[in-house]
Amino acid sequence: MIRYIYASQLDAHAELAAEMFRDRAAQFRDRMGWDVTVDDLGWETDQYDAIDPLYVIAEDEDGHHAGSVRFLPTTGRTMLGEIFPHLMGGAPIRSPLIWECTRFCLSPKAAYGKDGAGVAQKLLLGGLQLGLEMGCTHSLGVFDRPMVRVYRRLGWSPEVLGSQDGISAGIWELSEGVADHFCGALGIDRAEAKGWLDASLSTLTPAATPVALPVRA
Amino acid sequence: MSARLEQFLGRLSDAATVDDAKAAVLSAVSDFGVEHLVFHAALPNGEQVSAFTYRPDWVETYVEQDFFRVDPVVLGCYGGFAPLDWKRLDWSKKAARVVMAESVAHGVGTQGYTVPMRGPGGQHAVLTMNATMSDDAWARFTGEVKNDMLLAAHYANEKIIALTTPAHAASQALSPRESDALTYLAKGQSRGQAAEQLKISEHTLRAYIESARFKLGAANVTHAVASALSRGLICP
Repeated sequence: MIRYIYASQLDAHAELAAEMFRDRAAQFRDRMGWDVTVDDLGWETDQYDAIDPLYVIAEDEDGHHAGSVRFLPTTGRTMLGEIFPHLMGGAPIRSPLIWECTRFCLSPKAAYGKDGAGVAQKLLLGGLQLGLEMGCTHSLGVFDRPMVRVYRRLGWSPEVLGSQDGISAGIWELSEGVADHFCGALGIDRAEAKGWLDASLSTLTPAATPVALPVRA
Repeated sequence: MSARLEQFLGRLSDAATVDDAKAAVLSAVSDFGVEHLVFHAALPNGEQVSAFTYRPDWVETYVEQDFFRVDPVVLGCYGGFAPLDWKRLDWSKKAARVVMAESVAHGVGTQGYTVPMRGPGGQHAVLTMNATMSDDAWARFTGEVKNDMLLAAHYANEKIIALTTPAHAASQALSPRESDALTYLAKGQSRGQAAEQLKISEHTLRAYIESARFKLGAANVTHAVASALSRGLICP
């Protein structure tokens, strides 16, 4: 099951949100050694969680966080625009048809378990399905350079647009063909993947009054 | 890019004042073949710009009845960025059904598609297109035009911001790759040749060109090249 949830709607999914931010700490601070901010609750968050991004969240069969990724439109504030502009010559891509994807994360259970690749593929399929449905053509991302090999093994390689100090900016082309490939690899019917979005629609509307930070406010 | 979008963007880019731009935005109803269009932007300077084709009696009723407090379209789209088909909103509450029934009684279509937008400074805007169609016909229509609607909405918003906020130009700088892509096209190279020179795939070239077009507010690639040349952003 994939859920699509704006940050401002996470309070209706408190447990899932708490797991996501703790799993992000486990991935980005503990496993990858990034210099990220983790609070007293053990949550890893940054300033982009505070501007109401849209999360794509993979749940395991018990409804726990298995993996997640975060989307922001490139017409607005983005990590590439504000933190890594040098990766794209100082003026990153801005297009209504392209969203930025960051904080691609797997839970420790998924990362160390047998089905890590399956969860990752499901998450990529979830993001792809969202973009296609919304009329987008590409997705931009920032990632550790070695992740390129991981994405290639999963079956959807980004094209690297610029790299510095081991960090890369890359672009993925959204296509029906890749969605079909993931569905085949996962043994999921394409209609089921489309259904994820329909099932999330009550949360695909941001809270009328944007909140500063999810859940804890 | 479709002919419908190119026509619309051509008129939009010609607009020299906010009033011209509002008229151009509303003219999209004929390009897209819908009944109504609503555009609303909260500008970086705190001012609001709106344009709509709704009947005055509907606007009056809407304001009088405080419908914005219960309208699922307002509640569902404020602040977001994922386009929303009205069908996907929650119309189950009685107050929401009243809004729908009253809107139809005042000439508003039964189907709608709203594109919420975020600008670089956290600025917000929405553009809605609306018509009366069967669910099937509407699903086919939105499937066909959702890409164009997304672009039309954002170009409209950028145009309004550009006309009202001089500092906006800062977010419009082209990256070296975008300048290179336009330069090769200006020299008459094909997209395939340009992609080869830049050592990127054609689909990534397309993303650079789309981005450059958007930053320049250009209706098509020819216009983008001309605009970049006249601004001194490229020199072939």
